Amino acid sequence: MRSGRETRRQRYYLWLLLALAALVTQTPIAAEVARRWLPLAKDGIHDPKNPALRLLQEPGEALSRLPADPVGNQVNWTAALDEGRINPRTNIRAQTRIRTLDSDILLNLRGGTPIVRFPHRQHTVWLDCSNCHEHLFKSKAGANKLSMQLILQGEQCGVCHGAVSFPLTQCGRCHNTPRKQPLPAGAVPGS
Amino acid sequence: MRTCLLSMTMLSAALALAAAPAQAEYGDVVFNQRSEKEGMRPVVFSHWFHRIRFRCKVCHDELGFKMRAGANDLRMVDIANGRFCGLCHNGDIAWGAERCDLCHSGRSGLISRIHGSNQTLGPGRW
Repeated sequence: MRSGRETRRQRYYLWLLLALAALVTQTPIAAEVARRWLPLAKDGIHDPKNPALRLLQEPGEALSRLPADPVGNQVNWTAALDEGRINPRTNIRAQTRIRTLDSDILLNLRGGTPIVRFPHRQHTVWLDCSNCHEHLFKSKAGANKLSMQLILQGEQCGVCHGAVSFPLTQCGRCHNTPRKQPLPAGAVPGS
Repeated sequence: MRTCLLSMTMLSAALALAAAPAQAEYGDVVFNQRSEKEGMRPVVFSHWFHRIRFRCKVCHDELGFKMRAGANDLRMVDIANGRFCGLCHNGDIAWGAERCDLCHSGRSGLISRIHGSNQTLGPGRW
């Protein structure tokens, strides 16, 4: 009889532990450790009644293999490319010129927040020059008047950042260079 | 004791459900300018799926897709003629345009815009 009561008590503690674990894994801190993606049928935009849905790749299946990030798709896309974890095609037509540039531009030199070191390399491995120049940004260093107000409204950097590339809540990833240190060598001062 | 166990289990299940609301994946775009008017499901375009396979410059430079949700006026006739999605979705690089339900996979009533992240149509929401 007593051992039966003890077994019940052990079972109770086990359940308590499981319930607590379920609670804890719902917190954002744990979400960074264990990444989770909603299945397509439950993401609110795919039609669960579409019979073709089961033929589509699930985000969790593809993205769980890629380097982690706390925001967006929970994937650090730059790292995924740099580490060779993915090798997306650069062109479809054979005659397309693939253009890349390795130069850093320093921005926000007179602002209050840390300096922005804009890396052309990480941008041009994905994008072509024409995606940003000349309609979003002039190619001359110092010629662009950047505004957080416009960026937050989806203009300038905000065309991509906040929509498909890491969101604007990640201040320090762009404002990455402290003002009190000597400016990084090789970087071109912008505005 | 049993009631206690049951309520604990139900509580944790409810919390788990409440903490995971339906949300589109970051960068998912819905095209529904014409789809539903013409009797098809809206199109769901997933940036994550495509950027594993193609760099941004392929669609936004070679294919000519504007970087603004709602700015691209897509018609099936163009796709069938190898323009826009049709440069790849031709049964050669990717599935052909006759596999309707693979792209026209959205729920009814969806608005054409970026879902799952800020709209880039400003003012931002996040």
